[in-house]
This record gives sequence, structure tokens and C-alpha cells, in this order.
Amino acid sequence: MRFLVLALVILLGAILVWGATDLPQRGDPLAPAAVHESVAVHYIERAYAETRTPNMVTAVLADYRGFDTFGEAVVVVAAAISCLLILPRRSPKAEGGGEGSRPAGTSAGGSR
Amino acid sequence: MILDFVLGRYPYLFIALLLMIGVHGMMVKRNLLKKVIGMIIFQTALYLLFIQGAKKEGASIPVYSPELGAEAGAYMNPLPHVLVLTAIVVGVAITGVAISLLLVIYRRFGTLDEEEILQKMRESA
Amino acid sequence: MTSVYESLFLHTVARAIVPIIQVFAFYVITHGHYSPGGGFQGGVMLAVSIILLRISVGEESFERFPRNAGIVLAGVGALCFALLGLAPLLLGGSFLDYGREFFWLPAPTAHYWGIFLAEVFIGILVWGSLMAIYDTLAGGGEE
Repeated sequence: MRFLVLALVILLGAILVWGATDLPQRGDPLAPAAVHESVAVHYIERAYAETRTPNMVTAVLADYRGFDTFGEAVVVVAAAISCLLILPRRSPKAEGGGEGSRPAGTSAGGSR
Repeated sequence: MILDFVLGRYPYLFIALLLMIGVHGMMVKRNLLKKVIGMIIFQTALYLLFIQGAKKEGASIPVYSPELGAEAGAYMNPLPHVLVLTAIVVGVAITGVAISLLLVIYRRFGTLDEEEILQKMRESA
Repeated sequence: MTSVYESLFLHTVARAIVPIIQVFAFYVITHGHYSPGGGFQGGVMLAVSIILLRISVGEESFERFPRNAGIVLAGVGALCFALLGLAPLLLGGSFLDYGREFFWLPAPTAHYWGIFLAEVFIGILVWGSLMAIYDTLAGGGEE
């Protein structure tokens, strides 16, 4: 069983390396990501003139693509809230008996 | 031809190696925490895949400097940097939720071993 | 996980180094305009300073930063970021469009201060979220 998994993983690696022969070389100035034929030209040329911030990454992150940053911030807060909801908290009133803070996961069947 | 591949496209070899390690860890290991660590290794390999595509020879970092002016050929592409920043933060949040799920599983079953958990689920069903 | 190491050396060094980490984190947040950095990196550093205090000092750190402080900070940060996005709607622009607000400032300066406030609010938000995740994980594992 373990050798089958190992063979599959090596097959995955071989397919990735075979697919990497079509990708551009490292630092190639003619690669599609480096030629700047799309919206990156606009961002680089006009970032300092329109926003007065030298750091283009911050200008793109917080101004040109600010809506995605807003969504990502909401995702981080949602993850923190879901951590709070999943784990049972020790309520200070039921410290002595231990019955009031019964963890929610010990019911048989798991209705969640 | 192989030497040409290794000299020019060596980041893809490292990324493929990290992806293989991550997938192997997720499939073979029995402990659930080790599976989560395999997932984290897999995510890290994908960050590297995106960010290494932004390099350009002879180009400067995407911070405006008055000597280079505002021409587009002198700077790296800033968009992969933005993408990877967002992805790293989302990865941290996912890791937090995964570990709290593991805590609930541990309190319910008393163990984090995959085979024992499946055994207990079959016995109680 | 919140065991207290009874070592005077550890207590002293942790208390001395936490303000330095926080000052550097504020530097990273506010210098997101000029060097690599910004809200997310500074927020994580702020959270790490409080986690260091929790690990090394333990019980006494709960007086300054109570257990509920994390999620409150995260909520306040998210609310402020949403209000910052809604503010240009009052002056005729769209959501998160800093270019048209504040008629006594030229448009590039309005973009500058909009980005700066967004980074500060994101820093507070990430700080609160990571503190809340750590406090929940460290306190929810005991019976």
C-alpha cells in the first residue's frame, strides 16, 4: 500500500517536471508576466503620479485592488470568529461543578 | 538538454519536490496533525510558484525610485506580490481553523490517530 | 499551553523586548508606503509580541490584555475599514474610491491618506484576529 502511494507521488512529480518544460525560464524578460502587456503597465506607470506612494505593491493592494483586500480582511475576521464558535469556552460561573461547561461534542451521534 | 533545463528552470524542480512532500504527507501519515502540516507545505509550494514568476533580469523591485522614472520596463510586475500577500494571510486563517477542528476531534475521541478514530466511529455507529 | 516558566531571566527579557517589537511593528505598518511592509505584516508582528508575553509570563498578562480583547479589536478594525470604504459615498464617489473625497486636498494626497488609514485599520484587524485565535486555542484545550 505504501509503495503504491510512493509510486503515485513520484508519478505526480514526473508530470509536474514534464509540464515545467513549457514554462518560461527564471528571469526571462520575454515571459508573459514580465512583458507587461496588460493592466500592469497602467499600475506601474501611474502609481506614483496618482497616489504619491513609492511602493507600488501597497498602492495596488490598498487602492487599485482595494475591494479584494476588504474581502480578505473579512475572511480573516470570519476565521477568528469561527475558531471562537467551534471551541467551547470555559465559562467562569461553572468553574466549580464542571457540569455547566460540558463540551458540545460529546453527545452521541453528533447533531452538528 | 537536461543541463539547460536545470540551469534555467530550477525553481520548478524545488516546487515539484515540495508538492510531492506535501501530498505524500497528506496521504501516508496517520496522525491528523501531520496531515495538516502536509497541507501547509503544499500551500507554501504554491506561494513559491507564483512569486518566482515575477522576477525579471535587470529590473528593480516594484518601489518607485526617482532615478528610474516611471517607465514600465524597469520594474518587476507587482501583481504576483499582491496575490501572494493575500494568499499567505488566508493560509494563516485556514491553519487556525484547522487546528481548532483538531482540538474538537481530540476532545471527542481522545486520540488523533486516523485508524483509531475510524475504529471508534464504526463501533459507535 | 499557558504554563508559566518560573525563570526570572525569561520574565525580565520578555518584558523588556515586547515594547521594542511593538514599536518596530508600528514602524512596519506606517512605512508601508516607502518600503516593503504594510498592514498585514505589522499586524502579525503585534500579535506575536502579545503571544510572547502570554507564553513567558502567563497569568499577569491577562490583566493588561484580557481574554476577550482579541475579537473586540478585530471587530473594531473591520468596522472602521468598512466605514472608511463608505465615506467616499457621502461625497459623490463609489465604494473605496478615495480619489474624489476631501475637496480641500488634491486627489493624489487623498489617495495617500486613504491608503494610510486602510493599512492602519488592517493592522488592528489582523492583530485582533491572531490574538483571538491564539487565546481560543490555548484556553480551549483543557477540560
